[in-house]
Amino acid sequence: MNYIEHLGKYFSMLKQVLRKPDKWSVFKDSLFREIQDMGISSIGIVAFISFFVGGVVVIQTALNLENPLIPKYLIGFASRESLILEFSPTLLSIILAGKVGSFISSSIGTMRVTEQIDALEVMGVNSLNYLVLPKIIAAVFFYPFLIIISIFLGIFGGWIAGNITDLVLSSDYINGLRYDFDPFHVTYSLIKTSVFAFVIATIPSYHGYYVKGGAVEVGRSSTKAVVWTSIVIIVLNYFLTQMLLGK
Amino acid sequence: MIAVKNLCKSFNGTPVLKDISTIFETGKTNLIIGQSGSGKTVLLKCMLGLFTPDSGDICYDNRSYNEMVLKEKRHLRKEIGMLFQGGALFDSLSVENNIMFPLNMFTKKSFSDKLERVNTVLKRVNLENTNRKFPAELSGGMQKRVALARAIVMNPKYLFCDEPNSGLDPKTAIVIDNLIHEITQEFNITTVINSHDMNSVMEIGEKIVFLKDGVKAWEGDNKEILKTDNEVVTDFVYSSELLKKVRKAYL
Repeated sequence: MNYIEHLGKYFSMLKQVLRKPDKWSVFKDSLFREIQDMGISSIGIVAFISFFVGGVVVIQTALNLENPLIPKYLIGFASRESLILEFSPTLLSIILAGKVGSFISSSIGTMRVTEQIDALEVMGVNSLNYLVLPKIIAAVFFYPFLIIISIFLGIFGGWIAGNITDLVLSSDYINGLRYDFDPFHVTYSLIKTSVFAFVIATIPSYHGYYVKGGAVEVGRSSTKAVVWTSIVIIVLNYFLTQMLLGK
Repeated sequence: MIAVKNLCKSFNGTPVLKDISTIFETGKTNLIIGQSGSGKTVLLKCMLGLFTPDSGDICYDNRSYNEMVLKEKRHLRKEIGMLFQGGALFDSLSVENNIMFPLNMFTKKSFSDKLERVNTVLKRVNLENTNRKFPAELSGGMQKRVALARAIVMNPKYLFCDEPNSGLDPKTAIVIDNLIHEITQEFNITTVINSHDMNSVMEIGEKIVFLKDGVKAWEGDNKEILKTDNEVVTDFVYSSELLKKVRKAYL
């Protein structure tokens, strides 16, 4: 099947997914389950990675600013910008594409090969809507919170690292964080995150839902899902940056 | 009653069902038998509405599927119960929630009413006090019984079973067969079972349709199948030496 066919099938899938749920009470239960599985269970890894990457960003920036004429507060400024603009929304989305994307693809794929999706269809349930819509809503609305946590912990990790290594004074770092702050950068970051969240929820669902075969195919679809989700995130990142920040 | 009329279905130009016509009667256990690849599952999936036939029609109590509008098709789905080969229970839900799922989805009953109904069907399949267990904690036979309970929880008019005995030991297989048979008579359901288990055929086959290469090669009941001279059927049914001797002794 060529890429155009996949694209067409993906959008046909979205047409089925983005419909009114059959029963709101069932949808609500599914939504809370997805928020737990996709969001709350990711807080730990997001916090861990963000904290240490924030620290590394500060250390590397400090070590590369050898010129004494460059003010030290730029370390805080550079850390803030790199965390808000790229690391938290984009790189964490790619990490979540690996963690959550493989979970979505393999769980839906297993449901397909064990006839659980057929069981839903026979009952008269719109299986795509039932399985995928709660994932989209959970991801699109919860991931921005994860990214905010990530930004804060990244900045905090950078402050801790700067203090431990004595590479930057606490006052310089905080001055840098405040310097030339553009609130739109946070808005841009959250818009990107919501778009990436939609991608993280839908592309792995597509790969899982249309899997044919057995355990090996479920594994393969999971890998494909992560690869394609990452590629789409990278490409969309470019276009969104151009659209939202480009002059 | 389900009437299949001149049903044809092909995949990528390869015909799988060729002009199948038959009637599955209400209150009887109807079996579709045949070798692997004979078209049994495709016929069952056409009746379930999971596959669209190329031509022909299926009438559910004189309601033509071809003439149904989408709303009627959706309504028909609610009259259908299905027991899948592997059970197809939702792994993430407990036994109680698996059985309650169709009730949650399609009824406005209170929780206590739904729970009462769940307990009734669990009792019917002899699985009381398993409400809190998860499918992974159950044996194959128990999973099939839970799946059967889920299939009948909405009081279906039509019950479809895809190889209900596969993967079960002979004794458990007979338990499942008898349960399906009893439920069919008790609730006056039109039951269609897809099987190649000869024990089921002999035990509960009140109407048997034999498919060979997508063609209906024979139909009758479990008494007639013992006496038939149709070579295609006897080759399949009495494939082992032991069964050949049984038939000889019977005749």
